[in-house]
Amino acid sequence: MKDGDSVVAGGCLFSRTPLALVREILRQRRTGLTLCRNLMCTEGELMMAAGAVERVVTAWMSIGLPWGVSKVMRHYVESGKVALEEWSHLAFGLRFRAAGMGVPFLPALTMLGSDLMGVGGMKTLEDPYTGRTLAAVPALFPDVALLHVSRADRFGNCQIDGYPHMDADMARAATTVLVTTEELVTEEEIRRRPDRTVIPGFLVDALVLQPFGAYPHEVWGRYHADFEHFAEYTADIDARGVTTAVADYLARYVHAPATWDEYLELFGGERLKRAQDAARELVPGA
Amino acid sequence: MSTTPSELLAVMGSRELKDDTTVFAGVGVPLLAAALAQQRHAPKLTMVIEGGIIGPQIKPGRLPISTNEMRAAHRAQMLPGITDTFLFAQRGFLDYGFMGGAQIDQHGNINTSVVGGDYWKPKVRLPGTGGANDIASLCKEVIILTAHEKRRFVQKVDFVTSPAWLDGDGSRERAGLLFGGVSRVVTTLGILGFDPEHKRMRLDAVHPGVTVEQVRENTGFELLLASQVATTTPPTDDELTMLRALDPERRFLGGEGGNPSRVPPPKR
Repeated sequence: MKDGDSVVAGGCLFSRTPLALVREILRQRRTGLTLCRNLMCTEGELMMAAGAVERVVTAWMSIGLPWGVSKVMRHYVESGKVALEEWSHLAFGLRFRAAGMGVPFLPALTMLGSDLMGVGGMKTLEDPYTGRTLAAVPALFPDVALLHVSRADRFGNCQIDGYPHMDADMARAATTVLVTTEELVTEEEIRRRPDRTVIPGFLVDALVLQPFGAYPHEVWGRYHADFEHFAEYTADIDARGVTTAVADYLARYVHAPATWDEYLELFGGERLKRAQDAARELVPGA
Repeated sequence: MSTTPSELLAVMGSRELKDDTTVFAGVGVPLLAAALAQQRHAPKLTMVIEGGIIGPQIKPGRLPISTNEMRAAHRAQMLPGITDTFLFAQRGFLDYGFMGGAQIDQHGNINTSVVGGDYWKPKVRLPGTGGANDIASLCKEVIILTAHEKRRFVQKVDFVTSPAWLDGDGSRERAGLLFGGVSRVVTTLGILGFDPEHKRMRLDAVHPGVTVEQVRENTGFELLLASQVATTTPPTDDELTMLRALDPERRFLGGEGGNPSRVPPPKR
């Protein structure tokens, strides 16, 4: 990672977010980044508040329904400190699909006629066969993709359980692919179920085993998102304001713990166990 | 207890969905309305959720707050990924889009992006489109569920996040959107449609106890009236019982006067 890189984070909203990787970027105090993520959540807020990003490319940003419109996003975007470049969710996905296919754009029928067209500069195209107007969704080739997967082998062959989000396209689109995994399995285990592999090892530049690597966000069948933590975080922002509350949060959760395991100790084993139990109840047999 | 605004919206919304169809539903009241329809009159309704989820069965008391979390995928039939889920709609497989909105104009266009100021430095930054633009562009029929307030129902939205009929008079088609469009706007006061020619919003029905004058007072543009403005049938005990069982903690159904919409109305 270099200052000024464009970075895409996998998962979606508070699902399978590569938070251990995001935390490391924040610890390295990178600046001038462009962060791309289809639905952006607390990771985007932390990167904004840390001064790591100057632009975010997204379809939607906030934590979720019960916590209202993101005050952090409002603070940084309304003041002009961070640019929020908005694409529709499908167009965002097609930007990575196009890049993953190695083509400069994909024709699509979405976003046409809306004011979103002008935001990211999407152009239209005349269908050479019928003459109809199509959206020409431009490929997005980020410098770095940060992904968190369910399991991988030491060659970087990755499997994802549950909803796949856009990770496979993002891995194909990015120049450098950094992956954390909940579980490291043997080569035999991958070969036993090759149908489950969504990212082949030759796309992956670095792989790190990091259980609970998305916490307090969720990983399908493994642990539920920690909504109490979101509530505490947003309540502190409500009480003390964006800059003070998030600066303290960064100090406590990003900079103080030396490792991700020390970070997890701030939550405690009982809390992590509750999150695991909730996931097992929702996805039996996962 | 009496019916809350969110309950009214969910029941009226659920009645719009026919059996053996597909619906692209947003979380909150739209998803509740779809789940109610599925339990009541549309057992073969397939719900499709933005997080890449097809055919879930919502577990009572376990309503998702996001379109991509385990609760949204409960007993799903398929998890195709987000891009591919939207591509089902682009191919024409989604009968209904079901969504809310912060600001809506006389042609049904919705703004969930920015209010006031410049786009890059807005007065108020809202969360954004998410999949709303795609649902509005690509579903065969779009139904909006929203609180009916003057500050939401404006002559012209500050920013067209999700296109309905754009400026009316065929402008949607000219932009390249050859199918779809908003057919119904179900509100806390009544049900609205659009005149076929100019695609301007028209009051088709009021809920029991609501007057046409009240709807006009809460609308920020000149409202067309159907030749005969009907009165809707109030939610039945049966509908309310089923709906309340889906959300026993009342996280989305709210209390009396609870805010039924996903995004609060913009304040200037």
